[in-house]
Amino acid sequence: MRIGGDPLTEYRLKTPLSREDVQRLVAGDVVFLSGRVYTARDKAHALMRSKGCPISLEGAALYHCGPLINKNVVRSAGPTTSGRLARYTEEILNLGVRAIIGKGGLPGEPFLGRAVYLAYPGGCGAAAAQQLKVKDVHLKELGMAESLWEFEADAFGPLIVAIDSHGKDLYQDVRVSVLNRLRS
Amino acid sequence: MRSKVVEATVRALRHAETSLPEWVLQMIRDASDHETNPTAKSHLQFMLENVRTAEERRLPLCQDTGLPIFRVEMGRDLELDFDLRLAIEDGVRIATLEIPLRPNAVDPLTRQNSGDNTGIGMPDIILDLVDGEGLCITAFPKGAGSENMSLVGMLNPADDPFDFIVRTVAERAANACPPLFLGIGLGGTFDLAARLAKHALFNLPGSSPMEMDLLKRINSLGIGPMGLGGDTTALGLRIERACCHTASLPVAINFQCWAHRCASEVIL
Repeated sequence: MRIGGDPLTEYRLKTPLSREDVQRLVAGDVVFLSGRVYTARDKAHALMRSKGCPISLEGAALYHCGPLINKNVVRSAGPTTSGRLARYTEEILNLGVRAIIGKGGLPGEPFLGRAVYLAYPGGCGAAAAQQLKVKDVHLKELGMAESLWEFEADAFGPLIVAIDSHGKDLYQDVRVSVLNRLRS
Repeated sequence: MRSKVVEATVRALRHAETSLPEWVLQMIRDASDHETNPTAKSHLQFMLENVRTAEERRLPLCQDTGLPIFRVEMGRDLELDFDLRLAIEDGVRIATLEIPLRPNAVDPLTRQNSGDNTGIGMPDIILDLVDGEGLCITAFPKGAGSENMSLVGMLNPADDPFDFIVRTVAERAANACPPLFLGIGLGGTFDLAARLAKHALFNLPGSSPMEMDLLKRINSLGIGPMGLGGDTTALGLRIERACCHTASLPVAINFQCWAHRCASEVIL
């Protein structure tokens, strides 16, 4: 394991992701991800908790995103705030998810030894739309923003490894440093 | 005249959703030039690239196309023979289909989505009366990421409002898609402070010594783009004030993400 690697080390990964794939990554690394990416936000998470997940998420990348889709084409698909979904982190990772993609971060502990949190630049939906194609849609009754969309990703990124599987959390580092600056 | 308002509403929304004002882009470029954190710098450059993609392909630059908020500046001497609200509502419906926009407006209790971004109280139309007979509509679509972090604090007059603002930004900025713009309402009442804060976003950026000092304090926190660290936490802010009760000190902070989307259409 590298500690505090070069902040701009780039990886090109393909789903499904293995435990080894994510354990290579260190906070600060940049990932470009290809293969299947599934979206889920508030309503899909609530439904997965009450009724179970309609698909297998073993080795999956789960994207906190409510995309703008028109005629089955992705028009804009940046990340939504992951913090709203923090309460589901443990059970989502228990389904075999290896990477959660979003913005703003999640509690780091559930990721230890098994998964990573990847940050996509917030607000960059038009850029993301160039890298994602619709393959299928589940839970369509939840509406456009809340459905579980299945995308085929082509070098989706830059994704910053913000929480790695070794206990390093860039958001937490920033929070601690901000608190110290507030006190000084 | 009514159809002109409908068309102007669609045009203003399309422009606001698929591009950013040049002064906003210039601020992001300047921040990128001065940023010393490599992750932060690459984020700022990617944000600029995203806006270029949106403009070239006429795509909404963010998938959260927001709630439809409009500022209408209307001359006191102007007489209209139609319902301005209903005309703007029609424009929102057409824009939702044509641009297209993501349907975001839901009932607060049933969470039922209207499908066209209108409904009870939506669009939100903020009317400013001005001299003359003019009519100008500014589309100001507002996403939930930044709006969710906004706050009204009813402070004790003995409290320092600037400490409160810096502390609130320190706690909440990471989820609001920084680098931020901040609309700050100082004084008034509970709701007047919030209205001042929204209005401050319409009139960005402020440049008074008080505003520049506050901006400097916020940027010294090191939160950085998307909360991942860096020199650029806020790009600009504005403070608008009103008198408050001698026993009160309301302070409202309306968070705005880096994508300060707004576009105006002059109709008359």
